Amino acid sequence: MKNLRYLLSGMLFGIIAVKSEVVSWYRIHEMFLFKSFHMFGIIGSAIAVGALGIWLIKKYNIKDVEGKPIVFADKAPLYKSSLLGGTVFGLGWGLVGACPGPMYTLIGTGIWSIAIVIASALLGTFVYGLVAKKLPH
Amino acid sequence: MEFILQPWPWYVSGPLIAVVMLSLTYFGKFFGMSSNLRTLCAIGGADKFSDFFKFDLKSQRWNLVVVAGVILGGYLGYHHLRYDTPLALSLEVVQDLEAKGFTEVGAHLVPKELFGTQVLNTPKGWAILIIGGFLVGFGARYAGGCTSGHAISGLSNLQLPSLIAVIGFFIGGLVMTYFIFPQLF
Repeated sequence: MKNLRYLLSGMLFGIIAVKSEVVSWYRIHEMFLFKSFHMFGIIGSAIAVGALGIWLIKKYNIKDVEGKPIVFADKAPLYKSSLLGGTVFGLGWGLVGACPGPMYTLIGTGIWSIAIVIASALLGTFVYGLVAKKLPH
Repeated sequence: MEFILQPWPWYVSGPLIAVVMLSLTYFGKFFGMSSNLRTLCAIGGADKFSDFFKFDLKSQRWNLVVVAGVILGGYLGYHHLRYDTPLALSLEVVQDLEAKGFTEVGAHLVPKELFGTQVLNTPKGWAILIIGGFLVGFGARYAGGCTSGHAISGLSNLQLPSLIAVIGFFIGGLVMTYFIFPQLF
């Protein structure tokens, strides 16, 4: 039953990703050219509603589905790696127009060449794991 | 039903993405897509090469179920909940891409010049997909998250490292779009 929850959350995301066109390379290209409000509106309104939700959860100490307190883990205060890693990520995002969520979604739409991108993203993750200790964080 | 089949405007899509994030939070989990890449590496045996991949795989299984759902959602959204209409892109972007030799701009979700099977006949076509994917995978883990974990979840929770990561996403994306991509096409 628990797995069904996760599956449905994922399905909702996959459907939104297609219907909002955030899986489209064109939309990402357009965003980085600042020629359309579409992507900024999506990310901005997601953050606004998300922030309101998190604020309400904290304010009213809302418990999770199993009655446990909801804990929001702070992101590690690693500023160099956030900036450097973020820049590397952005270079790839700007080129293939897909971040990890949309990559999985595109498999479902039947755009098979994205499998090459995913395989390569796995390789990139693996190489990061190999060299992580040598990088500034 | 008509509304569902049309492209969804930003003010519907954005809040719904927040619903996905908040639902996973309510289920005691989190919204983060790129950590699955690490889990998949670990399943593939990467733990033999680096401690970075040594962790309890069972604790991450729920997120792989999310990924299965995302793939299924992509299938449903594309094949059953959508008219095959062109994207309403900015005219300037369409003209700019046409000038670069792109055809049928916006007719499909992704350009065939980058994702069509014919790109697999050229080293350039392979190189773009491989290098782009590598940078996304490497960068997401180095930054500690991607668009879902940093931009949506992190900024919603007012995390400074996430803001810095998102600034990085844009530095990289702008350098690619304005300086490198024009050299490729």
